[in-house]
Amino acid sequence: MKKRLLSVLLTGALAVSSLTACGTAAVSASGASGTSNAEGTEEKPVIELTNVSYDPTRELYAAYNEVFEAYYEENFGQRVEVTQSHGGSGKQALEVANGLEADVVTLALEGDVQVVSDAGLIDAGFTSEFDLDSSPYTSTIVFLVRSGNPKGIYDWSDLIREDVGVITPNPKTSGGAMWNYLAAWYFFEQQGQSEEEILDSIRKLYGNVVVLDSGARGATTSFVENKQGDVLLAWENEAFLSLKEYPGEYEIVVPSVSILCQPTVAVVDEVAEKHGTTDVATEYLRYLYSNEAQDIEAQNFYRPSNTEIYNNYVFTADSNTITEIPEDGRWINDNITLTDINHFGGWQEARAKHFADGAYFDQIYEQ
Amino acid sequence: MDIRKENRILKWVLIIISFVFLAVFLILPLIYIIVTAFRDGLSGYIKGITDEYALKATGLTIKATIIAVLVNTIFGLAAAWCITKYSFKGKKILSTFIDLPVTVSPIIAGLIYVLTFGRQGALYKYLDPLGIKIIFAVPGIVLATVFVTFPFISRELIPILTAQGTDEEEAAALMGAGTFTIFRKVTLPHVKWALLYGVVLCTARAMGEFGAVSVLSGHLRGKTNTLPLYIELLYQGYDFTGAFAASSILVIMAIIVLVLRLILEHKGKKELDVSRR
Amino acid sequence: MKRKSIIPGFGISFGITISILSIVVLIPLCSLVVFTSKLSFSEFLYTVTRPRVMSGYYVSISTALVASLINAVMGMILAWILVRYDFPGKRFIDGIIELPFALPTAVAGISLTHMTTTNGWVGKFFYDLFGIRIAYTRLGITVALIFIGIPFVVRSVQPVLEKIDIQYEEAAYIMGADSGTTFRKVIFPELLPALISGFTLAFARCIGEYGSVVFIAGNTPYETEIAPLLIMSELQEFDYSAATSIALVMLAIAFVILSVNALLQASVSRRVNGLA
Repeated sequence: MKKRLLSVLLTGALAVSSLTACGTAAVSASGASGTSNAEGTEEKPVIELTNVSYDPTRELYAAYNEVFEAYYEENFGQRVEVTQSHGGSGKQALEVANGLEADVVTLALEGDVQVVSDAGLIDAGFTSEFDLDSSPYTSTIVFLVRSGNPKGIYDWSDLIREDVGVITPNPKTSGGAMWNYLAAWYFFEQQGQSEEEILDSIRKLYGNVVVLDSGARGATTSFVENKQGDVLLAWENEAFLSLKEYPGEYEIVVPSVSILCQPTVAVVDEVAEKHGTTDVATEYLRYLYSNEAQDIEAQNFYRPSNTEIYNNYVFTADSNTITEIPEDGRWINDNITLTDINHFGGWQEARAKHFADGAYFDQIYEQ
Repeated sequence: MDIRKENRILKWVLIIISFVFLAVFLILPLIYIIVTAFRDGLSGYIKGITDEYALKATGLTIKATIIAVLVNTIFGLAAAWCITKYSFKGKKILSTFIDLPVTVSPIIAGLIYVLTFGRQGALYKYLDPLGIKIIFAVPGIVLATVFVTFPFISRELIPILTAQGTDEEEAAALMGAGTFTIFRKVTLPHVKWALLYGVVLCTARAMGEFGAVSVLSGHLRGKTNTLPLYIELLYQGYDFTGAFAASSILVIMAIIVLVLRLILEHKGKKELDVSRR
Repeated sequence: MKRKSIIPGFGISFGITISILSIVVLIPLCSLVVFTSKLSFSEFLYTVTRPRVMSGYYVSISTALVASLINAVMGMILAWILVRYDFPGKRFIDGIIELPFALPTAVAGISLTHMTTTNGWVGKFFYDLFGIRIAYTRLGITVALIFIGIPFVVRSVQPVLEKIDIQYEEAAYIMGADSGTTFRKVIFPELLPALISGFTLAFARCIGEYGSVVFIAGNTPYETEIAPLLIMSELQEFDYSAATSIALVMLAIAFVILSVNALLQASVSRRVNGLA
């Protein structure tokens, strides 16, 4: 009996050690190029930088990384290779907080970066680390409708009509969807409705939602590929992307009011220190404010923060419907009143009041 | 005579029902994938499957699958042997725990590893100083893959070993054979085909795992993106052709594995017939 | 002390089994309990019984049940024709049964959604003819789950059916039983344990399914929101304890289903053996 027990324990220990050994081997193999940069400067190995971002920024960062890598090599004599990760903003924040080794995060909302900070990875005060609350580019929420606008949707008030099918993602699982919800809230508030009336209007709006996808890209697909609903509440850059991918099939309607979405960027201090990449990471984010980068952002339909460049892209025609991407590249419609998150008391308050368990968003679905 | 006729009608009715069912639920989605993969013509398809990141993702998927299948084969053989050849307390609970992973939601499967090995988990502070990264790295992907295919091999072996009983092994043991000799000479020949089938099943499922891996991969492009995750990435990037082209790689890999099994099985049956004669 | 087996190697096989089981399953599962225990019992109870969560369980369980029942019937038929009949394309069918395992659930979900929306290949037909919507309804979830669960029943019934000696049936025929009676009295009882085990596995797997369902479901709260999605939305709110609480309940459901299966197996095989 004793012998039996002994051999049980022995094999157990053996299996554990072999598994961990296999684990380390795999890590050191995959991280080889990353660790070598810590050793010496004589050969100047490539520095690897990981940027964890949210869904709609793929095209933006694909373009930006190329420019940045060239810029950095030219000015600092150092090759950099940026690895991207994209996904729902909240999910990405969660993964970084759980140990995904990102040198920088470029997420959809300040609240998500806050989560990473709360986990102790980013030093407090990250919103003042870079200009303009650390958001080098902004966006807003607009409507995407089918060509010719068959349902005559021009503003938020049209979304609560009974014959309109709305597509928007679930604010509980998608960062972008919170902006949609808050923009709608702001509109009804501007109409002079009381809080109860606003809640009622929002309830009607979400009653019209045909598919409540879990992410922004999923919602776009439901609307564009699967032809669900009459109107998609979308990030401005997503809406323009659809216009570009499917010319002639969709139109953008800019509502009278919306919300200024400020994606937030930050260096993940703990990870960057560990990798020795703090300088590169800081430069990576700082360069987002350069004229060259601001142009790339504008070309990818993000509103640049540099007013001069911003003005280069402002739309001149007097219409709130955009049927195609303007040939002169001037796509920004300035004829819109934008509120921002401070109107709602910041993310913490907005979350607690609207999106927490049992808060307003849950209440509108209670029967 | 009557019965014969009735049976023939029944036979074809059943066959037709099966064909319609499979056509709608299995073959149509397949056709859909292939049609979409070629929506932009052959060149679009080739571009899709030879993309640098597609190749890296395929490589990672193959690597994770091989390691996971190996671990599960060792585990499956040990567990099946242990459960069928000996009697001990807690056997029922043990086999329930072995089955459990199949029924656990993939989301939960990913979540438990994040909670265990992640920065907030209990083991992080011991593993991190050693430089061992589990989640958001390849070992985590392998672990998740092992988890979702956990009982596949042992479940195939247990019924056969139960039916076979322990007489032959006991006889061999009495004649003085050691553990591995008994296993190789007596047990293995009986379970050869079941083992093969289990490995095939395990491989197929491991290649396609999405949910659990998605939770703990970190989606680092070119590093921890497996083929299924890469497909989702393309799909969300409006690259439907690329997404379905990448899916077709998986379909082809799956078909290769399944055909391989049919061939081996066929050969095995022939061998059996010859030796019987 | 039970009779010690004379076959050597218990230590090593038991050791390997337990250590891999611990690393892969047991230790990680403990984390669920650890994180959930941060809630008090009443908080836990409240978290897992909120109406929205209850409706999540209901949607998951009811669609999984319907899908698995359909798969039980179709699985029997498929296993039957694969074992008993010869027909063109048999090899092919036998080969593709495992395909749902190999296809990533996301790909399955995406293609099924595209096919079953009101202007997809199949969805258009149903919508125009009967006014039935498939995608973004519970029906759509069921369709996805049927796809996921196909291999389970077929593959557990098939090997048993192969082993049943055809002589029993012939004997029954000769004694004057018609084919229906023969099936009911002779074949079905033999298949029952395998059928139950295939069914319960498919059922349990479908309750937890996420990847394919999330695309086709539409995710409307109280209508088509499945329980695994609720776990995701709790995580999104960075509420780990709530997420693990729901996960723990789902785990318990899976465990109960497996245990019921184990009990049924025991009682069915006892009954079958008793009859024989």
